[in-house]
Amino acid sequence: MTTTSDTTRTAEGNTPYVPEDGLLLEVEDLYVEFHTHDGVATAINGVSFDLHQGESLAILGESGSGKSVTAQAIMGILDMPPAVIPQGHIRYCGQDLLSMPSEQRRKTRGPEVSMIFQDALSSLNPVFPVGWQIAEMFRTHRGVNKSDALEQSISLMERVSIPAARERVKAYPHQFSGGMRQRIMIAMAIALDPAVLIADEPTTALDVTVQAQIMGLLQELQEERQMGLILITHDLGVVADVADRIAVMYAGRLVEKGDVHELYGGPSHPYTRGLLESIPRLDQKGQTLSAIGGLPPNLMHIPAGCPFNPRCRMAQDVCRQDRPELREIAPGRFSACHFAEEVIDA
Amino acid sequence: MPEVILSAQNLVKHYPIRKGVLRRVKGQVKAVDGVSFDLHKGETLGIVGESGCGKSTLGRLLMRLEEPTDGTVTFEGEDFSNASGRELRRLRRNIQIVFQDPYTSLNPRMTVGDIIGEPFEIHREVVPKGGRRARVQELLDLVGLSPEHINRYPHQFSGGQRQRIGIARGIALNPKVLICDEPVSALDVSVQAQVVNLMEKLQDELDLAYVFIAHDLSVVRHISDRVGVMYLGRMAELGTEDEVYTRPTHPYTQALLSAVPVPDPQLRGKREQIVLEGDVPSPANPPSGCRFHTRCFKAQDRCSTDTPELVLREDGLAEHLSACHFAEARTIVETIDVSDKPRDDRFTKQGSRDDTSSDGEPADEEEMEQRSRSLHQDSRWAPQEVAGMIDEQPGDNRPPLG
Repeated sequence: MTTTSDTTRTAEGNTPYVPEDGLLLEVEDLYVEFHTHDGVATAINGVSFDLHQGESLAILGESGSGKSVTAQAIMGILDMPPAVIPQGHIRYCGQDLLSMPSEQRRKTRGPEVSMIFQDALSSLNPVFPVGWQIAEMFRTHRGVNKSDALEQSISLMERVSIPAARERVKAYPHQFSGGMRQRIMIAMAIALDPAVLIADEPTTALDVTVQAQIMGLLQELQEERQMGLILITHDLGVVADVADRIAVMYAGRLVEKGDVHELYGGPSHPYTRGLLESIPRLDQKGQTLSAIGGLPPNLMHIPAGCPFNPRCRMAQDVCRQDRPELREIAPGRFSACHFAEEVIDA
Repeated sequence: MPEVILSAQNLVKHYPIRKGVLRRVKGQVKAVDGVSFDLHKGETLGIVGESGCGKSTLGRLLMRLEEPTDGTVTFEGEDFSNASGRELRRLRRNIQIVFQDPYTSLNPRMTVGDIIGEPFEIHREVVPKGGRRARVQELLDLVGLSPEHINRYPHQFSGGQRQRIGIARGIALNPKVLICDEPVSALDVSVQAQVVNLMEKLQDELDLAYVFIAHDLSVVRHISDRVGVMYLGRMAELGTEDEVYTRPTHPYTQALLSAVPVPDPQLRGKREQIVLEGDVPSPANPPSGCRFHTRCFKAQDRCSTDTPELVLREDGLAEHLSACHFAEARTIVETIDVSDKPRDDRFTKQGSRDDTSSDGEPADEEEMEQRSRSLHQDSRWAPQEVAGMIDEQPGDNRPPLG
C-alpha cells in the first residue's frame, strides 16, 4: 500500500492532486429523476453541498428522502435508465465526474471515492473467499500479483481488527458475523486509500454494541487517513456522535445544512426540529414525544411550495405557493424555510 | 402493585439441530433458556436485547405460538401451558400479538375490514355478526385511521398506517395483554413517534398490559414501566425503568447502555464508553456458567463455572434483580428528568391520528384512489412491492433486527 501525505496525494495515472484548500467534492444543483411507467419520480431536486479533506458530513433523512440516491449518484452506480441526471455537477478535485468518460470514471471508484453499503451480506460475493475479494482491489486497480495482493489483504484485515486474519482470509462471507462482514466491507473500501469514503447506513443492520465498534473504527480510519467521510443515515444519535457538518434531506431537497452543534442546538427548519422532538432519548425520562403528523410526500407528486408544508405547523399561505430556496441565514448555516429565523429563535 | 396478570416461570425453548441422512438430533439451539417474570395489570414490560438473544421467541412462547420445551405460562393464575382446543382459544382471546413487519404480517389479499374482523370469526361470541362491521370501523377510528378505509387493501397504506392496522387487529378482542414484537423498528423516525403515542393512548383507554419487545433501548425506556434485559436466552437484569437505566448492575446492561448514541453533540466524547470485544456467541453452544463471561470486563474464574441466578444480591450493592455474581449499580447514562416540561407542539402535530389519510384532503384522496386503481389492474401479482416503490423507497423494508 502506498502511503500518502496529509495534503497531497500521490499521482497515479490520472489521479488529480487535492487542491490547496482541501476541497475534495463539490455537488452542485444536482437533479436525479426516475422514469417509471407510472410517471417521473424526482428523487433529488437541486442538491448542493461540498466536502473537505478530513471532514465528516452526515446526510440525514428518512427513507425516500433521496439520501442514498445522492450517494449512488456520486459513486456513479445508479442504474441508468431508469435513473436520469437531467442537470447538475459532481466535481471531484475540480474534475466533473458526470462528464467523464465511463472508463475513466471507473478508475476513480476505489482509489478516489469508495463506498460502504448497509447490507454487507448481499454486497459481498458469496462464492469467493473474503481475502480474494479484498485482494481483487489491488489486482484490478494496481496490477499487483496474486500472492502479494493476498498478503496486502491480510494486513488490511488486521487493520480493521478481524481476529486471526491470516487463518480467516480464505473463509467465505457467510462464515462471518454481521459486524465482521461490515469490517470486511470497510477493508475493501479503504484498500486503495480513497480520499472520499461514502458510508451508506453502515450500521443500520447491526446491534448497538457492534454499531459502536464499527463507528469507532470508521472514525479512527478517517482520522488516520484524513479521508472526507459522507455518512448517510437516519439515526440522529449516530450523527450527533460522528458528524462535523449535517445536511438534512426531505423529499429530495436539502432543507437544512450546518455545523452539528449549531444544528442540534437550534434547528432552523421545522422538519429538523420536529424530528429532534419526536425521538425518544436514552438520557431522558418522562419525555413526551411530539410526533410529526402525516407522511413524507410521494415523489411523483411533490406538493407545490415547500414540500414539507402539508405536515408543517407553521405553514402559511406563502409556504403553499413559493418554494423556499436554501439560503444562508448565518455564516455556514443554510435553511430552506421562509421562517428560518423564527424557527431558530423559537 | 396491581395484580399479576401474566406470569412466565422458567420458560425454556430449545430447537433441535438435525444433521445427516437420518436427521438425528446433533445439538440444541437454546433460544430461550430459563426465563421467569411477572406482568402486572396495565403495565408495560420492556424486553431488550441484541439480535439472537431470544426476545422474539419469548414473545411467541407467551402466546403459545411456540410450544415451550419446559416451563409454564399462567394467565390470571391459570396455567395454560398444557391447554388445547377450546381452552387455549379462550385464553388467547386475552393475549394478542402485534408483529414487527407491517409489510408481511397483513394478508395482501384481504381488505382491512376482513383483517381486523378476522378475530371475530374465531371468537364469535365477542361481537354479534351484525355488529362486526361497525366494530371494525370503531377500531379503525380508535387507531387513528379513517373508518371509510375499511374496504381498502394493505398495500394502499404506508408502513405506519399498516402498523396501526396490525394494532387494531391486536386489540379487536379486547385482550388484557398485548405482546408487541418490535412494533416500531421497521418504521421511519418521524412515524415511529406517532405509533408509540398511539400505543400509550390505547393503554390508558383500554387498560392494556404490554410486553414490549424491542432492540431500541431509547424507545423501550420511553414506553416501559419495567424492563428486562436479555442475553443469549437468559434474563440478565430485571427492574423498573429507572433502576435499569439509571442504576444498571449487570455488566452487559452497562455496556449496552454506553453503546447507545444520544442525539446531542454536546455529549460527544464525554460519555463513558464500554466497548465489548467480539460478537455474541452462538446459542447452539452457549458459554458455561454466566453466558456473558466471554465478553465481560468483570469476569473472574467463578463466572465460567457457576451460573448466576436472577436474584437480589445479599451484599446490597444492587437493589433489583440481576444475574451477575458481582452485580453493582453504576451510572452509565446521566438522566435528565423532563416529565414536568410542557409538551412543545409548535412544530409537530399531535400524532394519534394520521393526518394525511383521515383529514380527507381532496388531493390525497384522489391520489390514493388513482394509486389504488393502477395497482388493482393486476393485483394478483404481489401488489406489495409496487406499493413500496411508489409509497416509500424499497430500502424501507429493512431486514428484521430481532
